[in-house]
Amino acid sequence: MSTFSAIGEEREIDRDEYTPGVEPQPTWCPGCGDFSVLKALKQALPEVGRTPEETLLCTGIGCSGKLNSYLDTYGFHTIHGRSLPVARAAKLANPDLEVIAAGGDGDGYGIGGNHFIHTARENHDMTYIVFNNEIFGLTKGQTSPTSPKGHKSKTQPHGSAKEPVKPLSMSLNAGASYVARTAAVNPNQAKEIITEAIEHDGFAHVDFLTQCPTWNKDARQYVPYIDVNDSDDYEFDKTDRVEAQEMMRETEESLYEGEVLTGRFYVDEDRPSYGEEKRAIGEMPEEPLAERYWDDEYEWERSHDMFLDKHA
Amino acid sequence: MTDDELIWRISGGSGDGIASTSQNFAKALMRSGLNVFTHRHYPSRIRGGHTYTEVRASAGPVESRGDGYNFLLALGDSFARNPQEEAVYGNEEIKPLSENLDELREGGVIIYDEGLLDASEIPNFEERAEENDWHVYPLDLRGLARDMGREVMRNTAGVGATCAITGMELGHVEDLMRDAMPEKILEPNLEILETAYNQVQEEYDIDAPDVSVPTGEHDETQLLMSGSDAISYGAIDEGCRFISGYPMTPWTEVFTIMTKNLPKLGGISEQVEDEIAAAALAVGASHAGVKAMSGSSGGGFALMSEPLGLAEMTETPVVLVEAMRAGPSTGMPTKPEQSDLEHVLYTSQGDSQRVVLAPGTVEEAYEQSRLAFRLAYEYQIPTILLYDQKLGGELKNVPKSHFDRDPNPDLGKTLSEDALADEPHSGDGKFHRFQHDVEDGVSPRSIPGQKGGRFLATGNEHDPTGHIAESPDNRVAQIDRRTEKLEAIRADLDGEDTGSYAGPEDAEYGILTFGSQQGTVEEAVGRLNDAGISVKSYGVSDMLPFPTEQVEAFVESVDEVLVVEMTASGQFRGLVQKNLGRYGEKLSSLLKYNGNPFEPAEVVDGFEAAIIEGDGDASGHQTTFVPAAGD
Repeated sequence: MSTFSAIGEEREIDRDEYTPGVEPQPTWCPGCGDFSVLKALKQALPEVGRTPEETLLCTGIGCSGKLNSYLDTYGFHTIHGRSLPVARAAKLANPDLEVIAAGGDGDGYGIGGNHFIHTARENHDMTYIVFNNEIFGLTKGQTSPTSPKGHKSKTQPHGSAKEPVKPLSMSLNAGASYVARTAAVNPNQAKEIITEAIEHDGFAHVDFLTQCPTWNKDARQYVPYIDVNDSDDYEFDKTDRVEAQEMMRETEESLYEGEVLTGRFYVDEDRPSYGEEKRAIGEMPEEPLAERYWDDEYEWERSHDMFLDKHA
Repeated sequence: MTDDELIWRISGGSGDGIASTSQNFAKALMRSGLNVFTHRHYPSRIRGGHTYTEVRASAGPVESRGDGYNFLLALGDSFARNPQEEAVYGNEEIKPLSENLDELREGGVIIYDEGLLDASEIPNFEERAEENDWHVYPLDLRGLARDMGREVMRNTAGVGATCAITGMELGHVEDLMRDAMPEKILEPNLEILETAYNQVQEEYDIDAPDVSVPTGEHDETQLLMSGSDAISYGAIDEGCRFISGYPMTPWTEVFTIMTKNLPKLGGISEQVEDEIAAAALAVGASHAGVKAMSGSSGGGFALMSEPLGLAEMTETPVVLVEAMRAGPSTGMPTKPEQSDLEHVLYTSQGDSQRVVLAPGTVEEAYEQSRLAFRLAYEYQIPTILLYDQKLGGELKNVPKSHFDRDPNPDLGKTLSEDALADEPHSGDGKFHRFQHDVEDGVSPRSIPGQKGGRFLATGNEHDPTGHIAESPDNRVAQIDRRTEKLEAIRADLDGEDTGSYAGPEDAEYGILTFGSQQGTVEEAVGRLNDAGISVKSYGVSDMLPFPTEQVEAFVESVDEVLVVEMTASGQFRGLVQKNLGRYGEKLSSLLKYNGNPFEPAEVVDGFEAAIIEGDGDASGHQTTFVPAAGD
């Protein structure tokens, strides 16, 4: 038996394998968009051939952070805003793992915004799903970084004076090599996009519009939606950074005018992932570092033999 | 003060090569058979500012900076910005000479670069020199260096002159220059060294040196090493192959040494966006099965509070190093202090479930860095190695054999897939990673990618599978189990002998200290006993879990105890009293927080004033006495 025999296992995977026995029914509110993310993942993971035990799902805090209570893989429910640094280190330690990070819009674009920018910049080979419901849900309805300007809540009683964050543009400018937006109300597209994101060799960012029927009743339910890759009204080349930027800006502005644009906005298949970059300059081993600790043959180096003579 | 030692101070501006020159000179003295110890003083500036390094050398053991010094090599500050007296920093040009006179001992030597420094700018310089019997050598080091190479090589000229005046042979210095310098600059440097040496010998006709270099002998190979080196090598030998960090003085030294060496070992170093990420990456890497570390200094460590708590709750092994400097806030970035003690003990919400070790010497820094990893991985608990700018940066000689030990890449209680199969699982196959009743409170772990090992790690309170759970029974069981680990670690540490004792066992008085002040206190204890005062010391390393039994026995065995630490509020004394729960009337404090570490004489004088004379006033020192409760 090898050390990590769940990795690279070739077999049929049933989507029910991802449903935990302890709490199979999520505690999200009826009508919550979060169910769609869970469903899309349960469909996508078997399709890309990744088993529960070769998958590490790192989440933040919020309703979205409960995701790994309901998706039965290796999980790390981290702290608010910090799923990405935990996730990307796990990927460096063992690049053979399928690493997925997920969290809400407050988690990823607010408190964890710095990590989002830098993880995108580094282009780690992982998937990042942001549950974007334009509200803080678990803490009961405060204005979030993606809430529209003028949004009223108990923490912004006179209406937010701030422009919302533009997550797609931010992601592109930071360096993500796959940027998409999908919506809970569009399960087929969601499944396809999550599948592509997992398969993409680089940092794949999916802004997932997840309506909150409890705390954001005023918000649109993200219908009707338009897939910009399929619509004749929108023509742009998703591999062209400048055209992608234009399309993203239009998408981000129109969301607040009631028009829900979704699809793949930017895809760069050529950019090497961070792991490839690190290996190319000799800063990362070819074999997963995590394997070495189980290799009985490995001769562990000692400072005594390697580094001390220059001190003599 | 001892006569058979050289304490050589080289002064100049930041950027003048003070550090590298002093390091080579210290190494030359070490190679000649002496024990050496360095002390550095520098401002938080890239260029200019008053900076110096002292090299103390003796045939006997040296574990501390000395009291003052006896040989000054004052180079010019080539980056001095403010020539006016009324400037904020005063006249910087003259500082390499003027700032160093107060601590120069009677009978000491001054070499100054008259090419850059004009002694007549210092009031009463000649009178002071005469009064103190200083031997003054104004030499045009800059001129000599310029004529034969480049101006910056005046350091070399100064070293040549030092050798001539102290009667030290050039051999070791030349060897080191050959090792360190590229061909292009080696030749002119060697030439400058020799010319300066010969010129001084001829001009001053030296037969009996004013201050001489002692002679000594080592019976085994010695290494010149800093606490930062030792911590890094300890980590490497314990199988650490992942580090993540963000630059901050003085922690950057460990980060840099690890980053330089890890690629040669197939390891990974990550410079990241901030210290929250730095510590979170170390947690993530460890979770995925790698021995990992991160670290910072006070301000950066504050950002690590969150991931530190996460590591406690998820029982993820990780080592964090914290290099203290003077606070609060940005404080004094390049000056040592020990005032982050309470910060590392208590930061992050909830009850602390961590280990904190504070090594006292370079040797201990290596051992306790290894110990930190062993405890972190065996007990699945974050372990913090607490040191400071002093221990991190000072250099001393350590026998090479100290490092001749087996590596230990062991991950602790981590299960193979075979072993996992025999462990409890839920009906749906989830592994019970956090079992309630386990030996020493340590529940064995699995690593992502292993078959049969999946579980949820979460910062929420959780049941045995990791699932979020808030039932009172589970809560109590989990907290009690995690706390039990600390009891087991205490018992483990009792066998490690991390404390350092000096002085006669049946002494009348005691001095307690922690971390980097240990060597200085031990030298002071030696001197006090020589002067007929019966005193012993205990340098404590285990901050958490605290060696209550040992400290209590020490306090119990003496009449009075002086607690010596570099804080303004007596944090270590507070920790002692918190753990002992009594003895407040027996413990007084000697504090120093002016940015400089204690000199042995300050501890000697402070002890005499506080304990023997009883009034606490040690005149002439910037130390503070805080009496015992009720006094």
